[in-house]
Amino acid sequence: MKESAAILACGIHVPRLRLSRARIAAETAWLSAPARPTPPGERAIGNWDEDALTMAVGAAREALAGRSATPPATLAFCTTTAPFADRDDAGLVAATLALPETTATQNNGGSLRAGTRALIGACAAAGKEATLVIASDQRLARIGSTQEFAYGDAAAALLVGKAGESAPLATVLATHARGSDFVDHYRMAGARFDYALEERWVRDESFLKIVPRTIGELLTAVAVNPADVRHLAAPLGAGLARRIAQVSGLANASVDERLQRACGDAGTAMPLLEILAALARAAPGEMLVAIGLGQGVDALLLRAEAGAPRAAAALERALERRREETSYLRYLSHRGLVEVDFGMRAERDQRTAHTVAYRKRAAVSAFVGGRCERCGTVQFPLARVCVNPQCRATDTQQPHRLADSTGRVKTFTEDWQAFAPRPPYVYGNVEFAEGGNLLMEFTDVESGELAVGDPVRFEFRIKDEDRARGFRRYFWKATRV
Amino acid sequence: MPSGIKDKVVIAGMGCSKFGERWSAGPDDLMVEAFGEALADAGIERDRIEAAWLGVFFDEQSTGKSSLPMSMALRLPNVPTTRVENLCATGTEALRGAVYAVAAGACDIALAMGVEKLKDTGFGGLPERTKGTFEDLYLPSSTAPGAFAQLASAYAHAYGYSIDELKRAMAHVSWKSHENAVRNPKAHLRNRITIEQALEAPMIAYPLGVYDCCGVSDGAACAIVTTPEIARSLGKRDLVSVKALQLAPSNGVEMGHQSWDGTHTLTTPLAAQRAYREAGIRDPRAELDLIEVHDCFSITELVVMEDLGLSDLGRAPHDILDGRYDRDGAIPCQIDGGLKCFGHPIGASGLRMAYEIYLQLLGRAGERQLRGRGGRGPALGLTHNLGGIPNRNVASVSVLGLLAT
Repeated sequence: MKESAAILACGIHVPRLRLSRARIAAETAWLSAPARPTPPGERAIGNWDEDALTMAVGAAREALAGRSATPPATLAFCTTTAPFADRDDAGLVAATLALPETTATQNNGGSLRAGTRALIGACAAAGKEATLVIASDQRLARIGSTQEFAYGDAAAALLVGKAGESAPLATVLATHARGSDFVDHYRMAGARFDYALEERWVRDESFLKIVPRTIGELLTAVAVNPADVRHLAAPLGAGLARRIAQVSGLANASVDERLQRACGDAGTAMPLLEILAALARAAPGEMLVAIGLGQGVDALLLRAEAGAPRAAAALERALERRREETSYLRYLSHRGLVEVDFGMRAERDQRTAHTVAYRKRAAVSAFVGGRCERCGTVQFPLARVCVNPQCRATDTQQPHRLADSTGRVKTFTEDWQAFAPRPPYVYGNVEFAEGGNLLMEFTDVESGELAVGDPVRFEFRIKDEDRARGFRRYFWKATRV
Repeated sequence: MPSGIKDKVVIAGMGCSKFGERWSAGPDDLMVEAFGEALADAGIERDRIEAAWLGVFFDEQSTGKSSLPMSMALRLPNVPTTRVENLCATGTEALRGAVYAVAAGACDIALAMGVEKLKDTGFGGLPERTKGTFEDLYLPSSTAPGAFAQLASAYAHAYGYSIDELKRAMAHVSWKSHENAVRNPKAHLRNRITIEQALEAPMIAYPLGVYDCCGVSDGAACAIVTTPEIARSLGKRDLVSVKALQLAPSNGVEMGHQSWDGTHTLTTPLAAQRAYREAGIRDPRAELDLIEVHDCFSITELVVMEDLGLSDLGRAPHDILDGRYDRDGAIPCQIDGGLKCFGHPIGASGLRMAYEIYLQLLGRAGERQLRGRGGRGPALGLTHNLGGIPNRNVASVSVLGLLAT
């Protein structure tokens, strides 16, 4: 196969919050027979203001860091838990990244293979253009279900472009796909939860039959000896992955031990995360097979390149950034799985004036303020008249993006009166590194943690939700560095 | 230089309803209550009023839009009426309208009315409203306590106080207002509290506990203003005149420019300096006999002592703990209980402050009457409102004093 595609950059967003499986087991012990074995480790859970879209933005920003001069031509957002059924979520992600409005945006879902499917598509197009493939999922699970233990929230982004360009993480040697209406689990449109079929059947008939066959076809096509493959990237636990490797003849392939334990199964994001985990293990030149599962199999053969350690660094960063969720009930509340009385302030009408939202889209989505050409003052929002009392010039402001800036806490409060899904509601004045001030919300901080002077960076998060009309709003929040 | 309004306008009469959770009273009842007192005080018939200004801030839900709720409730004789709204400076804004009209010679007798019916909200605290179609897309859904609490975090950091030290001075602010309100039959909260109670109170918005927050009250207050000549013709001997009425609104600096440090209000010093100039006050610390300031939260009163130039920068906690603003201190502050305990029906508050200064200057404050410097009775008082939040607000400062005969 012509080596035309490469993974040029990567990004990972794992929410900071982690819920230990032992805690889930303790809270749901009454549901099951005594001495049910508890799966080890913890699962990543989004804060109340994270969803598949915000996590995708987090991963995408990391993948595109330092590449604003060469934006990808296509952005593919892959998820089975898109916030909107009919709104260009990928377009919103592109807007948060300040990508040109001419960027081709794709929304891919319908199967957990959505991420790898888009990846294969991006490889096919790589000779012509670069694609940012982002896979992200935040799947709900019934209280006490196997899925509740197994699932995790996360996003991964891979920038796919032409091989031979600057220090890629990996080169794509071959891709292959085989469809099969094997219903190991499903979720009807509009349903909240998955329905999962018997694990033993899935193992025997899919993992140990369809998957090895597809891997075999992949390797045969490029005449690669299975024994030369050093790593297998599978969106499964280490035990199952090992069985697949064994049955597929990948006798020398290592498998990932870590992601299921530290993050959980992140749906469409999982195959991409496993690719990065495999690259993190791989020495340059080593080959790996990656698979995506969901009514069939996607398979890719990759070769780790000199940039592979960047995957390891991204993975370390994402997994190190963690905070234990100490309340199972609060996690359920964040996912809307229990009804909590947030008081009458939560009844406030959050209707959006969409004319304004459109007019101000650069400010709200891309966090673009203004910079006065006359005096250099940075300000948010961009205004007709400069806010600098010594300047006040009219129509002198150029767009100035603040999303990738940093700031420091000038003032703050922990508000216990305001409505907040995760009280207290923490907000205050942030001074940007380049000047300018904004009263804004802080996220991922707990009571007692914040102090005046703390350095912050910015993340795109859910701002609030209009329950009456079913519309979710997003904006940028400050979080401690 | 304009000549200003000093001594051009005097107060013919004032009225103030009982403040509090007035479950059985609507805004019309509250206005009639305050207006009746003011008419009797002025000794005039209602038809002498030639123009009127109504201040309502929040709850036009209960009061209604425009100035019609006042014109109709008071059965005014179809004279020109205007509704004004300038956040928590609304009451003072209504007074400004009436005073300017008389000073301009547009009318002889004018009414300024402020009212707010907050206890039809359905829950404690202020009603929840949109902040604006664009603002809702990016500003936090902050509350008033949360907005003002930030003064404390920034102030403590900038002036080297621990939050515990600052809380101690804040507790004294609230303790003092509770002590004062005990002597005020119209006040909403007339209970004593201890410093410890204030310090250990449940948190509302860090570091503000429940006793750092003012009352949420129903109430109305009003003033009938006229010229000194007409007041004398009504048989008035001692006259309280308006020495100054100044406003300073934000222009966006605190919201968007790094020059504001978040520890003080940018606007209050501007309004105060203009008011001192208009009133001819050279040394406010020596000349003011009493002050009523916008103590929506204890920390607001604390920093406003510095914003008004009454305490040195960074020193207000010491002055407060030294008792300088207590009833028997050098400059008694909130002798009627303030927003903290008299209550804060927003549209009425500025006029309620003027009402207390008016009573004190005329020696009519009953059990809480101050003796003034050297026992001569108070002669000069100041009111201050801060509408909005530290990030963007309207500061108003008025000076009222006895008119020299």
